[in-house]
Amino acid sequence: MKELTALLAVTIVTTATLVVGVFGLRISRTTSDFFVASRRVGPFLNASAISGEYLSAASFLGVAGLVLLRGVDMLWYPIGWTAGYLLLLVFVAAPLRRSGAYTLPDFAEFRVESQAARQVASWLVCLIGALYLVPQFQGAGLTLRAVTGAPSWVGAVLVAFVVLVNVVAGGMRSITLVQAFQYWIKLCALLVPALILWLAWHHDDSPTRHLHTSDWVEPLQGPHATYLTYSLILATFLGTMGLPHVVVRFYTNHDGTSARRTTLGVLAMLSMFYLLPTAYGALGRVYASDLVASGRTDSVVLELPERVLGGTGATVLTALLGAGAFAAFLSTSSGLVVSISGVLSQDVLSRRFGSVTGFRIGGVMAAGGALLLAAGTQGLPVAHAVELAFAVAASTFCPLLLLGIWWRGLTARGAIVGMIGGGILSGTAVLAVMLGVKADNWAGALLSQPALLTVPIAFAAMVGVSLADRARVPVHVGRAMVRLHLPETVEVDRGSYQPVN
Amino acid sequence: MSDEPITRVRITSPRTLAARSRTRRSNAAEIDELTRLGEVYVQSLMRAQLRLAGYVVLLLAVSLGLLPVLFQVLPVDHVHVLGVRLPWLLLGVVVYPWLLVLAWWYVRRAERNEAAFIELVDRREDAS
Repeated sequence: MKELTALLAVTIVTTATLVVGVFGLRISRTTSDFFVASRRVGPFLNASAISGEYLSAASFLGVAGLVLLRGVDMLWYPIGWTAGYLLLLVFVAAPLRRSGAYTLPDFAEFRVESQAARQVASWLVCLIGALYLVPQFQGAGLTLRAVTGAPSWVGAVLVAFVVLVNVVAGGMRSITLVQAFQYWIKLCALLVPALILWLAWHHDDSPTRHLHTSDWVEPLQGPHATYLTYSLILATFLGTMGLPHVVVRFYTNHDGTSARRTTLGVLAMLSMFYLLPTAYGALGRVYASDLVASGRTDSVVLELPERVLGGTGATVLTALLGAGAFAAFLSTSSGLVVSISGVLSQDVLSRRFGSVTGFRIGGVMAAGGALLLAAGTQGLPVAHAVELAFAVAASTFCPLLLLGIWWRGLTARGAIVGMIGGGILSGTAVLAVMLGVKADNWAGALLSQPALLTVPIAFAAMVGVSLADRARVPVHVGRAMVRLHLPETVEVDRGSYQPVN
Repeated sequence: MSDEPITRVRITSPRTLAARSRTRRSNAAEIDELTRLGEVYVQSLMRAQLRLAGYVVLLLAVSLGLLPVLFQVLPVDHVHVLGVRLPWLLLGVVVYPWLLVLAWWYVRRAERNEAAFIELVDRREDAS
């Protein structure tokens, strides 16, 4: 009974996602429709879509799991994932939209006028996308196992399949609608059970067992806690702007001003959502503290109804939460697959295939590759795994965007050296952690949160090499700055989209 | 002698459109041709927006950025507000409306900066 209800809910979300996707297919006919939803998407719909795409397995399941496991310090995860949009807003949103770049490699090529920089950026998109996809597929496996008892790989394969059908069939237009729809599913799926569980807890005379252990409830208790917290803050605050699937969304805004308003909307929607995982984590501490010992903290959100309520109520709530979790995997994975396949089709497959065919083949490659990676790595908390992708983004694309938009002196060599250096340093740390390298000393702390070291190094490399390479400042930098910063209503020459090489 | 009056008698009013447009270019044209004046205009807008972004980052650093240090230095762990420990209340709830206030303030100011820039560029065009 319990399994059947949950299965039904997951099926409904999956089918609904596919239906909206196919509906989108009917609308999207031309290539331009296919890629960018023809830029007719308003700020509210766009903000819903960005939030829907952004709130992944890490937010829906992982944060509550980490809060249950380690307590108050973990609240910095959702804070960073929200505040990242504030920094994106003030430094990147409007100029990026005005640049006309669709992907991060587009931006790199436009700004530093170099095909080599474009290639480096393309590989980084694939790396960050893959690091981000892996925990999504793992989360899907974990969810399906928790609600139906199916083996882990079933959920991962199911999500990969649905995402592929959607991406291959409908392209971006359908994805925009799907993503917007997913945000509201996720919010309801987490909010309604939270309210009911809270009432039940109240009815139960508000027990507070396990809540007052000092290393859980008090901030900064573990070894290297201050370093870890600040490194986490840096990675999440600066990493958001460098996420490939977030950046492509800005292209669907009408202009720079609406890009800013969309970002404000995203901040509001994320703020609403992120109030909830903390409640699940704390309730989990009271009712499900045994999950800590058994190492299954990531499934706390899904197991709480059974422990607090039991009976039919629990069955319905678990089904609702399972559906929401699936919405989370589907939406984030779709966005990631779209952006990776966009990059692959433009930069790798375009010589052999038409752009739409290339896009579809790229999608298959992205999902298949990540599925293989997910089979290879296990055991890292979902939220931490996702946050590692942020660390790589913060060490590579963040300096490219900040310096590219606000500093005339950035050169192609500077950008390339900075991206490669930051990418290698942070990427090595991330892969080591994912493969299970652990240490209790400083090196261990550095590996598990590398951003505080790698981000400044990447910035220093970009600035230093650019200064040494001053003679090769891009020829059209003046025009590029006009394009990036002037409001669209001012009628000036903004240069052509593709810089002359 | 017969040539001199011709050069001297330039009594055409400089206020005609034709005369003005030859001597003074619009600001948009200055920007288009990337003259030093045009660059100054673009840079003034960039500086204004960057300064605004700097204020936001400063406010963020002073508020959120100092929280971990404050938690270590001040004995706030046992302070309860509304029945919740202060760090939990701050990090779990209060942070979010604060981020929204910062973002909302930034969007208003950034749009105002751009409106001022548009006015600056258009004003001289209207005059010419």
